[in-house]
Parts: sequence; structure tokens; C-alpha cells
Amino acid sequence: MRIWDLHCHLSGVAGLTPEERLGSLIKYADRVGIERLCVYMGMKWAQDPSADDLGKQNDDVLRALEKHKDRAFGFVYLSAKHVERSLSELERCVTNGPMVGVKLWVAQRCNDPMIDPIIKRAAELKAVIFQHTWFKTTANYAGESTPDDLVALAKRFPEVPIICGHTGGTWELGIRAIREQKNLFADLAGSDPTWGITEMAVRELGADRIIYGSDSGGRSFASQLAKVHGAQISDADKQKIFCDNLRNMMLPILKAKGIQA
Amino acid sequence: MNRRLFLTQAAAVSAAPLLTAADKPSGLVDCNLHLGPHPTRALPEIDEAFLAKRDITEAWAGSFEALLHRDMGAVNERLVKRCAASSRLSAVGSVNPRLPAWQTDLRLCAEKHRMPMIRLYPNHHGYTVADDVFAQLLTEATKLKLRVQIVAQLEDQRTQSPLMQVPPVDLKPLAEAMKKVPESRVMVLNANASMITTALRGCTNVWLDIAMIEGVAGVENLLTSWPADKLCFGSHAPFFYWESAALKMQESVLTEDQQNGIRLGNARALLG
Repeated sequence: MRIWDLHCHLSGVAGLTPEERLGSLIKYADRVGIERLCVYMGMKWAQDPSADDLGKQNDDVLRALEKHKDRAFGFVYLSAKHVERSLSELERCVTNGPMVGVKLWVAQRCNDPMIDPIIKRAAELKAVIFQHTWFKTTANYAGESTPDDLVALAKRFPEVPIICGHTGGTWELGIRAIREQKNLFADLAGSDPTWGITEMAVRELGADRIIYGSDSGGRSFASQLAKVHGAQISDADKQKIFCDNLRNMMLPILKAKGIQA
Repeated sequence: MNRRLFLTQAAAVSAAPLLTAADKPSGLVDCNLHLGPHPTRALPEIDEAFLAKRDITEAWAGSFEALLHRDMGAVNERLVKRCAASSRLSAVGSVNPRLPAWQTDLRLCAEKHRMPMIRLYPNHHGYTVADDVFAQLLTEATKLKLRVQIVAQLEDQRTQSPLMQVPPVDLKPLAEAMKKVPESRVMVLNANASMITTALRGCTNVWLDIAMIEGVAGVENLLTSWPADKLCFGSHAPFFYWESAALKMQESVLTEDQQNGIRLGNARALLG
């Protein structure tokens, strides 16, 4: 099976430089059969990054991509708290750079319309849009989106595909929350490999709306691959989840950039 | 497609069947399984077919019923009956030292059911490993030649039912408790890397499983700070997809000795 990993970071992995860390990730990915990695956020994370932090973190990813562009795709890290800088980072890293997606994390909940100019421009560029979400029993961060917040955003952009990061973590809730919003896709990454996540997602969303990701290096590739390898679903559905859905979403921007994959 | 990409894809395709590769060491002890109904999830049954398909030669199984039931004698009886369905299954009974007359449950595990070990859930049952009652239980279990499994956690706190929130067990007092029972042999299940590098540092006679070891190449990395003869294969199935633990062995580069020890030899040594 072809496997593309939607969700990787340069943290939690050995290496003194961004390119060393991405090289390490690729080394481990090779052991478990992963062909391509999507990478976002830099060496030093910030939950509520300043405008300059965004630029520095994106610089790290650009540097890592320069050495490993045949194995990795980059997503630009943006924040609705810094719309102007985010839009300029989009131009720098996606329009004029090698990146092909957008990462939105926990600085500002995504139901706030402040985020709309970022989504609008990313959609124009056909960039893949990824929004972190969780439903935490232990309470979310102040700026951390839930899948419900993402549904509110997705309703404002019904033609734009958007990925629901972590499927909300508590996936029984996340899957239900996004089920009726057909432009939302479920990212399987970054929660424990609890049995049933993929079976429920396939049943409720359909295999066409599910994408494999790991959240490595903090997570092992292994535990997250197991959600698909171990699921009681067809091999055809596994192939969609492991690669085809993400690849299809990404193909327009890859073609526009002349990238073959 | 360029040559490098072709080679990468070829490697990916050839890596995938490693889960069932014929060249892996024969014999696998999975020391961390549960049977019976889970309180919040409908999970697949661990049966002979499940074990045979995955080449699990020995499966140490506790009961999910032990988490909340108070009639622990009946829980352990049902567990033994469930395990009779497969020669690969080995029942690991539970004892809750907060229940009156817990000593009877302990004795039945050893003398009637001939179990080699028991499984404890301190935070589900309302005690800590610093409590006197844990010291008493460890002492009595050791006298009966029972090994003791301590379940450090069962589920990420962030995803637990709001009506049943159970934090991870504080393992820091374990080393001190075990010093008072030097012959005791303890296996901690579902410990994560943070617990191991802080709370369990310096513990001797403690075995671990790999079910909740996370991070890229997690097993390989753990062995830089934890003795290779005290790490065992444990999947936490069916709560976790079993393939998670199997793929962790593939994601880490391990020597043949390390592979054999984790898959089989270290678990046997715990029982020996």
C-alpha cells in the first residue's frame, strides 16, 4: 500500500537542525513503509505564536524541505491572531515557496470569523487546510478549537475541504460532530490507538473522508498506522485512508507547482 | 517518477508485509490483554482465532470486569472460564485490597486457580502504591509466589468518560515499597516514557511492557535508559489495536537478543 502521512512535526525527534530532524523522521518512516510526510511547525513550538514566531517556525520547515523535498511536503503555520502576517506567510511559503498546505493550531478558536481571510486565500491557492481540534474531557486550552467550532467555520466555506485535526481526539464525539458537514475530513492522528476509531469513521463518514496521519515525532508512526492496518475494513478503504484521499486533495496544488507524486 | 522515489515506494511496499514476516523469532508472549465487557466500549473478543492469526503463543489476560465489579471472586472465576477457550490464554486474576477479605481472593488466585500472577488497578480501586494496604498485598502475594502486574493507566485522561475519570497511578513510591519486599517481582503495564524516566528510575525487579511507549522509534529509544531484559511485549488489546505494539517492534531497530527478549524471554524470566 502507498502511505502518505498527513501529520508530522520536527519536535520529539533527534537532530540539531531542521533537516537533520526531518532526515530522522524519514529514516523511521522507511522502516514502516511510509512514502511521504507532511511536516509543519518548527524546532521550538509556541501555542500562541507572535507574528515573528510564525515566520521563524516556517523558516525551519522551509530549511528542512530544501534537503528532503522528494519525501516531504510542507504546510505553513498560521494564526488567526496575526491575519496580516499569516497572509504574507501564505504568499511567501505557498504562492512563492514550496509549501502546499496550511496548519492552524490552538492560538485562536476557528469559529471566530477573524480566520476567514486566511481560509479564503488558502482556498484560492488550493492549499490543503488543516485545523487542530480536540474535545478534551479535561478541558481545552482557551484558544483550542473543538470539532463543533470547525463545523461553524466549514459552514461559512462549504465548497472548501478542511481537515479536522485529530478527529477531535475523543473520536466518538468528533466523528458525530463533523458527520453532516461534508466538506470536513477526519485526521486519524495523535490520539491513542483505541480500537474502533477507524471502523466508526468509515461507518459514519465514509472512507473517502478519512486521512491517515501520525503526529510524529511525539507519537510513534506505529501506533497510528495500527489504526488503519488493524481496522476491520476493506483493503480498498485502507488504501484510500492511507494515501488516496490526501493525494487527491493535494493533487491540484501539486500540479500547479509541477510536483509529481 | 524518478529513481529515488521509485526505490522509496518499492521499500514501502516491501515493508508492509513485515507484520507477518516468517523470519521473526518464534514465540510471542503478549503480557497485556483484557477479556470481558469494557465499561464504555464494545470491543472485539480475544479468542483462539485472534491469537492464532497473530502468532501469539501465550496471552496474559486480565478482566475488564475487575475495574468496577465488587464480587471479585466471581470476576476471577469468569475470567478462568473465558481463558479455558484457548490454550494460549493465561488468566491473570485481580485483587482489590479495598474490598473486605481481599486475602481470600488472593489465595484463590494462587491456590485454586493456580495463577502465576495477579493484576492490580490502584487508581480504579482507590489506593496508592504508598499505602500500607499495597505493602500488605505485595507482601502476601510474594509469599504465595505470585507476580504482581500494576496497571499504570488504561486510557488517556483527555478522552475518558466525564463520569469515570481515572488519573494515571503515581509510581514514584513504588521503589520504596518494593525495598520492603525484596523478593517481589512487579510488572508495570501501560507506563509511558515520562513515568519510566522519572518515577521508575532505579526500580529493580520491575518489568515493563511497550503498549504505551510512544514517540518515533520508541522501543529503541527506551532501551538506551531501561534494561533490555526488563522489557516485554504488551499490546493493551483489545482496547488498543494489537497492531500498534507489533508495529513498534518494526519501527525500532533491535538486536536479535533484544527482539527475542522482548517477545518471549523476558516474560518467561519474570515467571521463572
